[in-house]
Amino acid sequence: MYLARRAWAELRNEVFVLPSRTAVLLWVLALLALPVVYSDAYVLRILTMTCIFAIFAASWDLLAGYTGQVNFGHALFFGAGAYTSALMSHKLGITPWATIWAGAAVAALFGFAAGYLCLRLRGSYLSLATLAFPLIALGLLFAFPDFSGGELGISGLRRLALTPVTNYYVAAVSMLAVVFGLWAIADSRFGIVLHAIRDDEVAARASGINTLRYKLAVFGICAAAAGLAGALFAHYLRVAGPSSLEVALSFQVVIWGIFGGLATIYGPVAAVFLLYPLTEWLGSFKAFGELRLLIFASIVLLVLLFMPRGLAPWLRDKIEVQCPRCKQRNGAWRSVCRLCVAPLQTQVTRPERLVGHQ
Amino acid sequence: MLQDILVTGLVNGGVYALLAVGFSLIFGVARIVNIAHTAFYMLAAYCFYALQVKGGLGFVPAAAISVVAVTLLSVLCYRLVIEPVREHEAAVLIATIALALIFQELMLFSFGGHYLGIPSTLEGGIRVLGVSIPYQRLLILVVAAAMLAIVWFVLYRTRLGLAIRATANDLEVANLMGMNVQRIAMATVALSVALAAVAGVVVAPVFVVDPFMWLAPLVTMLAIVVLGGLGSMKGSLIGALVIGYVEAITVFALPAGAYLKGAVALAIMVAVLLVRPEGLFGVAFEEER
Repeated sequence: MYLARRAWAELRNEVFVLPSRTAVLLWVLALLALPVVYSDAYVLRILTMTCIFAIFAASWDLLAGYTGQVNFGHALFFGAGAYTSALMSHKLGITPWATIWAGAAVAALFGFAAGYLCLRLRGSYLSLATLAFPLIALGLLFAFPDFSGGELGISGLRRLALTPVTNYYVAAVSMLAVVFGLWAIADSRFGIVLHAIRDDEVAARASGINTLRYKLAVFGICAAAAGLAGALFAHYLRVAGPSSLEVALSFQVVIWGIFGGLATIYGPVAAVFLLYPLTEWLGSFKAFGELRLLIFASIVLLVLLFMPRGLAPWLRDKIEVQCPRCKQRNGAWRSVCRLCVAPLQTQVTRPERLVGHQ
Repeated sequence: MLQDILVTGLVNGGVYALLAVGFSLIFGVARIVNIAHTAFYMLAAYCFYALQVKGGLGFVPAAAISVVAVTLLSVLCYRLVIEPVREHEAAVLIATIALALIFQELMLFSFGGHYLGIPSTLEGGIRVLGVSIPYQRLLILVVAAAMLAIVWFVLYRTRLGLAIRATANDLEVANLMGMNVQRIAMATVALSVALAAVAGVVVAPVFVVDPFMWLAPLVTMLAIVVLGGLGSMKGSLIGALVIGYVEAITVFALPAGAYLKGAVALAIMVAVLLVRPEGLFGVAFEEER
């Protein structure tokens, strides 16, 4: 009873005060409850894919948004995870429950390697150099078709679970775990260091931060998450093909990340949950089937013209305001800050403005 | 085989040079990583196809109209899409990706996904050193050389070129000296897309035209630009020749070379970056804050 009352108090004081937190809670509950209420196989299929891509987009954001290592070749990690898991479970006959972790581990190794190669690069050089990595891997895969299956990839993999509902839960639960894990990392001391590296690497190094080690670590973490997504994807579709290494996938994740809002984690996830079902839904119409990508690109372009910082930050600024004094976030309906009771309205009266500026 | 490598490398290098120099120009002046650059090249090839094969125009008018039309389109895109979000680098980046996707899908929708061939206008060829070069490929080489000469002239012998180089060197100071930076950026976009469009037009009769023809040269072009050093004309030119020859050597000399040509070119780029992080001719500038 005490615990229940404590939980309710926490919920009321920490979650319901902010519309964004309420939205996240509702979203988690909806994700977990959906198959119970509505278990259409087609909808579950789309949502499973959405969850997998949400892991992928969130992992890109930690690397590109927080650390500023704008990676144009994130598909390398996705493909590494997919191919490793596929090869191990197909050729060696190990259960996919074990091989997805192996996929994530190998992807992390690829992450360390890519990170090591990119340590001296920055800015656009880094983006354009990373674009090359998945394409080099793709060339190697095509050059050795006996090992990799060439253009067709490795098909006929074992599934993680048999029914659509269990498959959905596997994807949804791992998505929630990974995304909240990445969010926790981004919110911790480690995340603050990443912000510092993005904003001014020289200053960060001057403050005694071993930026090289941090950059390598973040490459490894993000690659592992992306590799897990790739492995889940391969076992869900039962095929690991060259499409998991293509430029299109790398660009797709860049679009999701920037469209949702960089350096937020929840932004890219929201973007995937918005854009991926939307494109699938548009594709289900006969008339739109061919125009799907066109409509997708046009929506991205138009939305960007109005919210150049991305969807999630724009939305968040509409429904929440930041306290000018203690930087705490408040619901937009409040007139004073919920912690320090400072007035929140943007129109400050004259004497207060004088005081504020001196 | 040696002669084949020499000729193919030179011709491909010429095309890559046209693309890479243009990309490098935009990056240098406006700091835009223009993913849609090769999409304009694809558009020009399609425009040329429509005018020459469907419209029955001659080579020269069709080529001229395509280049002008694509250049105007690029200026329009720049004004409508890129300029409003100029201060948000990330937004500019995906705006150009979205533009490229839109062009690809539009062409896919209006021309279909199959390969379209354009009959070459110049039949026959000459023999040099025992290898026969079709006139069409010779034309690519001549046009590429001429365009590069024109770009050199514009950049180093005109007031506009002086302004472009000044802006590339230091945007803020150029602005303070009274140059209209916005208009210079626009002129640069027009100039660089015109180069891409010319490349698309001369390449169309030799390669096949399809909606995805922008992806492969995009990656190669980015590799060249990074290899040569971002924003450096000389670097792009030399990088283009290096990558053109590397690709030719891989295709002719290695087994399964056609699959590996991209991988080898990109691996060379990565190797150069490891030794010189700013590319061959890039300026190792202090961190911009």
